[in-house]
Amino acid sequence: MKTWEYIVRRLVLLIPVIIGVTIITFVVSHVIPADPARAFAGGPKAQPETIARIRAELHLDKPIWEQYFYYLNDLIHFNLGKSYLEDRPVTDALAQYFPATFELTIFAMLIAVPLGIAGGIISAIRQNKLSDHLTRIIAIVGYSLPIFWLALMLQYVFAYIFPIFPLEGRLSVGMAPPGPISGFFVIDSIFTGDGAALASSLHHLILPSFTLGFATLAIILRMTRSSMLEVMGADYIRTARAKGLTERKVIYRHGLRNALIPTLTVTGLSFGGLLSGAVLTETIFNWPGMGRFAADSVLGLDFNSVMGFTLLVAVIYVVANLIVDLLYALVDPRVKLGGG
Amino acid sequence: MMHLFRRSLLSMIGLTLIIVLVLVALFAPFLASQHPSYVEVGTEQGTTRTEERWEIHFDQKLLPPSAQHLFGTDDYGRDIFSMVVYGAQTSLRICLLVIAISTLIGVILGGLAGYFGGVLDEILMRITDVFLSIPYLILALAIAAALGRSIDHIMEAMIITWWPTYARLLRGQVLTIREQQYVEAARSVGASNTRILFRHILPNSFAPLLVEITLDLGAVLLVAAGLSFIGLGASPGTAEWGLMIASGRTVMFHAWWYVTFPGLAILLVVLGFNLLGDGLRDVTDPKLRR
Repeated sequence: MKTWEYIVRRLVLLIPVIIGVTIITFVVSHVIPADPARAFAGGPKAQPETIARIRAELHLDKPIWEQYFYYLNDLIHFNLGKSYLEDRPVTDALAQYFPATFELTIFAMLIAVPLGIAGGIISAIRQNKLSDHLTRIIAIVGYSLPIFWLALMLQYVFAYIFPIFPLEGRLSVGMAPPGPISGFFVIDSIFTGDGAALASSLHHLILPSFTLGFATLAIILRMTRSSMLEVMGADYIRTARAKGLTERKVIYRHGLRNALIPTLTVTGLSFGGLLSGAVLTETIFNWPGMGRFAADSVLGLDFNSVMGFTLLVAVIYVVANLIVDLLYALVDPRVKLGGG
Repeated sequence: MMHLFRRSLLSMIGLTLIIVLVLVALFAPFLASQHPSYVEVGTEQGTTRTEERWEIHFDQKLLPPSAQHLFGTDDYGRDIFSMVVYGAQTSLRICLLVIAISTLIGVILGGLAGYFGGVLDEILMRITDVFLSIPYLILALAIAAALGRSIDHIMEAMIITWWPTYARLLRGQVLTIREQQYVEAARSVGASNTRILFRHILPNSFAPLLVEITLDLGAVLLVAAGLSFIGLGASPGTAEWGLMIASGRTVMFHAWWYVTFPGLAILLVVLGFNLLGDGLRDVTDPKLRR
């Protein structure tokens, strides 16, 4: 019963946070710019007629409270305004670009989580040996790297000097995307039996997802390592050993499950880093996702798109952390038994 | 406690890197072979802004690293080593200002909320909850886009993005310390709230705050460089590391040095802050196992 209480409580807390986020996006888009109408019309190049029309459309001459309610009303009807750059609703653009970013992020996690956890365990077991030191140094360099620079270096070495991987894009030039079922090229090519598309999309995913996931890999590795070290010294581990359990059982049955709990939290939090990193990574690899769309919109002064993107990312991040919290409730007995 | 710090090689490396950064920034005019000039430029809003201008030498464009040009030259013939060196000034200024102001705002709001509790605390918690549910880069991106392209604007955007972190940190610290016996003792002898806050609570919150500040200095640099890379921060022609990487990207395949060296600079500085922060955390956190 306690678990259900916790879950419901977390779900209910979601609502004020999302409303708060809409207040922030509203303030940033309607209050901060010197002339919001001009910002939405596309900046310095906007025509006076366009500005006047937008001012009327967005009710910018009304008091702030009214403006916010119009804004909220639009959001509830999934209206994020029109993208000046792409001449279509922002929601359409985001819907089109979302699968590409999601696929990239999933693959980044597929690289970061298993390798990070494995590396952390190995490092903890071999504490203070050379392999531990090397791993830790690589990890700390990993999250000190500017991600856009890592992307460029990887492109230069692995797509130019040793051209093993493609330079950019999701598929080889000229190849048709696998028949649109989910928007995920890997899944779609499996379902349509398109071997060439499968190979090409995987090939194109490697450099960008490694770039995107590397910092997260480093963070997960460090967290797993320190968590394992802390757990391995605990009393219940000594008890398990005293009972005569094999070292393998001790590590995996008792140590790992408890050590992974902070790792779960870190994974949820790092989702924000993945979404941020996607903006830079997609730009460099010319990946047709939300991140590149956001970067282009910033440069193209397409304000609606920037704000729509920000709102969507915030909602995704909140939901991701909610899922992590719920998993927490299922995994950590301390939450189940009370408190929470 | 200090001897523990000194024994950690990585922390010492971190400290060295940061000292090098500060020295390079301070002595930039002596280290660089080319120097920028600064011009007052009018902005849209009617105010003036200082912009950096570098001399152009088209006859020396895109030269590889050599004795005269340690890091090579860019597509306008400017010496990249000089630009990286002056970029250290810009980077240091951005990091210090953003962190200093965010910390000030956050410490005041978080400290007051944690100490007095009640409605003030609830409101602050809700507000920081909301801010912290938007990833740093993306929030800073949106605010900077709204404000317009300039270094000052990205600094303002980052201050707005970062203060909730410090508010939360201080609030947590104050809540813990408030319940300690020595605070109760002080109160029982009639110490005023101000005295308790300044004499007892703040000094004991210092350690985790210092760790967070050190680590955030690196994080701010990464976000600032990322924003400049996208095109939001420094105006074209400024020697800012992120912007240089963006410019270098267009000529990367025949002039690898333009992208490589500014990026290396960012990496080394952030690495320094991270190593230093890690060392400080190990030294100040009694629970931590090394």
